[in-house]
Amino acid sequence: MIGLTHYLIVSALIFSIGLMGVLRRRNLLMLFFATEVMLNAVNIAFAAISHYYNDLTGQMFAFFIIAIAASEVAVGLGILIVLYKKYGSLDLDDLASMKG
Amino acid sequence: MENLVYIALFAPFVSSMFSALFGMSPRQTFVGIVASSLLFISFAASAMLAFHVYTTGTSVHVTMMEWISAGDLTIPFGFLVDQVSVTMMTVVTLVSTVVHIYSIGYMDHDKSFNRFFSYLSAFVFSMMILVMSDNFAGLFIGWEGVGVCSWLLIGFWYHKEDVSREENPSISPSWAANEAFIMNRIADLGMLVGLFILYWNVGSLQYDVVFSALPNLSGSILNAAAVALFIGAMGKSAQFPLHTWLTDAMEGPTPVSALIHAATMVTAGVFLVIRANPLFAMTPEVSFFIAALGTFVAFFAASMALVNRDLKRIIAFSTLSQLGYMFAAAGLGAYWIALFHLAAHAFFKALLFLGAGNVMHAMHDELDIFKMGGLKKVMKWTYIYMGLASLALAGIPFFAGFFSKDAIIETAFNEGTLVLWAILVVTAGMTAFYSFRQVFLTFLGDERYKAFGIHPHEMYKFVLVAMSPLAILAMVAGFGMGSFEHFVTKLLPEYHMSEHTHHIAWILGLVVLVFAVGGIWLAYKKYAKGLKRDEKLENSFIYKLLANQYYIPQLYGEFISKPYAMLSEMMWKNVDMKIVDATVDGIAKFIYKSGDGSRKMQTGNLSNYLNWMAVGGVLLLVVAALSAMLG
Repeated sequence: MIGLTHYLIVSALIFSIGLMGVLRRRNLLMLFFATEVMLNAVNIAFAAISHYYNDLTGQMFAFFIIAIAASEVAVGLGILIVLYKKYGSLDLDDLASMKG
Repeated sequence: MENLVYIALFAPFVSSMFSALFGMSPRQTFVGIVASSLLFISFAASAMLAFHVYTTGTSVHVTMMEWISAGDLTIPFGFLVDQVSVTMMTVVTLVSTVVHIYSIGYMDHDKSFNRFFSYLSAFVFSMMILVMSDNFAGLFIGWEGVGVCSWLLIGFWYHKEDVSREENPSISPSWAANEAFIMNRIADLGMLVGLFILYWNVGSLQYDVVFSALPNLSGSILNAAAVALFIGAMGKSAQFPLHTWLTDAMEGPTPVSALIHAATMVTAGVFLVIRANPLFAMTPEVSFFIAALGTFVAFFAASMALVNRDLKRIIAFSTLSQLGYMFAAAGLGAYWIALFHLAAHAFFKALLFLGAGNVMHAMHDELDIFKMGGLKKVMKWTYIYMGLASLALAGIPFFAGFFSKDAIIETAFNEGTLVLWAILVVTAGMTAFYSFRQVFLTFLGDERYKAFGIHPHEMYKFVLVAMSPLAILAMVAGFGMGSFEHFVTKLLPEYHMSEHTHHIAWILGLVVLVFAVGGIWLAYKKYAKGLKRDEKLENSFIYKLLANQYYIPQLYGEFISKPYAMLSEMMWKNVDMKIVDATVDGIAKFIYKSGDGSRKMQTGNLSNYLNWMAVGGVLLLVVAALSAMLG
């Protein structure tokens, strides 16, 4: 029987994968993907817990997150295109212009 | 009546603020005129109040506003015009008005003319607060205000360089100003302690509340409060051992000396003792100490005046001596006689100083009476004024000083303190001698100033006219003694001579008179014909001791100032630099270093920042988990 624990473990695993992506990747586009992975990991957890408690609030939250993630990607990708046009690269090591 | 109180009090303040507006601009004669007029308005209001208090026999009590209100402590800005304060107000404003007008002439060539009037009026305002306040806190504010203004005025010519003590005993104006201020601060601590003792035990600082609560206090508390308050009075009135500032204060412009000595400063100590007479009346030991100290100072100061060569210093010593007389009277319980001597003394002492100022003005700031002589020819009016004032000071019959000083000496006899009486009588003779030594050396005899190429000239006419009220009062003030006694003893305790003293009063008066006339005669014999210097006398030990003020300034320098300076330097180098500064610098250095170290975190690389953010998130998680487990 697949219970809440399994869902949460999956969610945690996906979240960790996303986090590693954020920490290790150098390409901004990849960072975006990693962020989306983390958001979806959270969505899984929300849906599972919502089901477990028989409370729809969690699932509503998941929908909100999906909507926000979509709009975020729309804005973010626009910024990425501008950055690429300006610098010709999306590698973070090339974009370090604010060294203290 | 209320308005008159405010006019009397605030006219000098307005005058000060008005003059301050022009403080930085060049000399404007109208500033002096406006300031003098405002002071005269203050005098007129005071005189009207005096008339009111005299005719109705009631006092005027106004409360302007709440000043301090915290918990149980309420101190209002209240002003009390009764027989004692109205006497002080009238004397202070009268002398101050004359001094203001005088200053228009005297400070004629000074480039800080306007600033001078601002300080001068502020000085008078402080003194008015001091005498008019209806509580000890207001008195203390005036007390401190007087101290600050005296500092400003003694150091008025602050640009003069320090010189050695041999060249000028008071070193420099700024040195003298600091000395006066610091000496007064030392005494003010005593005063503050006295106020705290009273407040702690009574719960109020209002005069009427405090005085009505005194009988409930224990003897030791009363003694402590009386001693502490008297220490304050000792500083302000320059009593031994805090007397050295008074003669050094001669560095200030002469009108300031007149103001300090006659009206606005040194009399404050005597005023305090008179004002707090219910307290001192209940502490006979302290009162006797006051009387004994006063007598000692009277003699001590007179002895130093005998040989001094500085025109202004001689007068300063005579003030010191007369303050001693006032304290002697107050200490013996004859408060109204002390107040009377204070008023009479104010008139002739102001006159003496202003006369000395005329001489200085004529002699181009020369003060050595050995270099003067024969000035009578060119300065007839100044000679007459100073002669009159000296007659009054010496206590020659029917001048102001005769009545008041004689009454004090009689009091000493009446109390059975024959030692004090004898000292005071001898001092009266010395007073006569030194004041006429000065007059004769300055105005009679050979014209020694010619050798120095000085061409003296008489002071401006309007200045001489302005001085005339003081001269008239120095002559006739004594005749008001009876009505003055009647007036102030409504408030102050009465003091009557015993039947026996009354009976032989004329003999006592005669003894004093013999000493006084003897002093004048001796001075005439020795100095009127010209200066014959006696090398043997001048090199004698006593003469040198007196001329050097018993070496007390040097003693203070060696045993107080120098060790204190050494201690300060040690504390600076070891404690301040090595502990206090080191701690502060250490903290600053640590923060600077840590900032320098953590600066490397800011690489500009977004990836690094995200890593640091993750580290922070993990740390927060750990903290949350730990606190959840422990809590």
